[in-house]
Amino acid sequence: MYDKGKVLAGLAVFVVFMTFPFWFNIGATPFKAPELAKPKDAKNCVESVEWMKTEHMQLLNDWRDMVVREGTHEYHSRFNGKEYLVSLSKTCMKCHDDKEKFCDKCHDSLAVSPYCWDCHVAPKGENQ
Amino acid sequence: MNTNRRSLLKFAGLAVLGWSVKPALTVFAAGGAGPREAILFASRHGAPTGEKALKAGRWAMVIDTSKMTPEIQKKCIEVCHKTHNVPSIPTKQEIKWLWTAQFSDVFAEQSHPYLEKLTKRPTLTLCNHCDNPPCVRVCPTKATFQREDGIVMMDFHRCIGCRYCMAACPYGSRSFNFQDPRPFIENIDMEFPTRTKGVVEKCEFCAERLAEGHLPACVEVSEGAMAFGDLDDPGSDVRKLLGARYSIRRKPELGTEPCVYYLI
Ligand code: SF4
Ligand code: SF4
Ligand code: SF4
Repeated sequence: MYDKGKVLAGLAVFVVFMTFPFWFNIGATPFKAPELAKPKDAKNCVESVEWMKTEHMQLLNDWRDMVVREGTHEYHSRFNGKEYLVSLSKTCMKCHDDKEKFCDKCHDSLAVSPYCWDCHVAPKGENQ
Repeated sequence: MNTNRRSLLKFAGLAVLGWSVKPALTVFAAGGAGPREAILFASRHGAPTGEKALKAGRWAMVIDTSKMTPEIQKKCIEVCHKTHNVPSIPTKQEIKWLWTAQFSDVFAEQSHPYLEKLTKRPTLTLCNHCDNPPCVRVCPTKATFQREDGIVMMDFHRCIGCRYCMAACPYGSRSFNFQDPRPFIENIDMEFPTRTKGVVEKCEFCAERLAEGHLPACVEVSEGAMAFGDLDDPGSDVRKLLGARYSIRRKPELGTEPCVYYLI
């Protein structure tokens, strides 16, 4: 074997780097899902809560195309069969009337910054 | 593929056969009174189908210049800009959906110095929702598109601010956001989005109001000086007005087929 020392040292450095994320996190508090302000009067969302948690971004994307490009303004819920107006500000934000206590809570803790609010006007909890 | 004389002739033969069935003129450049789908013509997207929505084969606006006073114009502009969160930026970077200009500028080719009563009169102007809209054809992202009922819409989400549409529009109907418009909006309407820096905007014939069964905001406050309706329906207000009075359109010679008509 040639350069046994160098190879071993290199290996050691490699292992340390590879495992860095694991031992760096030792002792850190585990991720806790943030507490969200739930709407006061509404019993359910346009779809089940579980589904909304994972798919709301897809839903909003579809809603955008439905309204702007296809001219469809009605959404039929698969959850309760009801019809909803396809609108971020007139449907979603009427219940979730405080963006900071709802949307931002999760987005901030996951370091996601959607640009919806660059154009759409976010309500500030005054329940319009 | 190896193109030889024989395969080229075969292909050319097929093409000729095809064009004899559907002439090239209608395939490539139809618009206006012709068929409403063609290769060089803007593709069209659906219009609202909901129960409440106002529907038309071809939406159009008629502005009665004899009834239109500066006060009504001011009211129309204010209500439009208020409902759509159009900022008031007092510089050259001004954003406008509905505005006035001198008659002699709006109808440059139809004016002469002796039309004394008309030339200086402020004339309301907006996007003409052309039947053959050049702005749609040049938009590389299809952020600007046309609906089946003729409304030329903008998908503000998709606009990349290249401003091709502004160069293509012969009426200056579009504005570009050089900066964030929000600080220039006095009372933001929660129900309508604002735009962002780098996005183009214009009048959308109040598509969001039509979808809910209301006439355009400017028409509603115009005290009868504006009419809005379906060109395809001979019994509609707009058709009756156009049948009874003399009307002109902006730069009709360009072939864009504007659908805002001015009664003289
Ligand atoms: S007036 Fe201009 S912006 Fe409006 S449809 Fe015609 S070309 Fe497009
Ligand atoms: S500025 Fe926006 S709307 Fe205009 S052509 Fe470019 S992408 Fe299309
Ligand atoms: S039709 Fe609507 S968007 Fe267009 S100028 Fe009138 S109020 Fe404004």
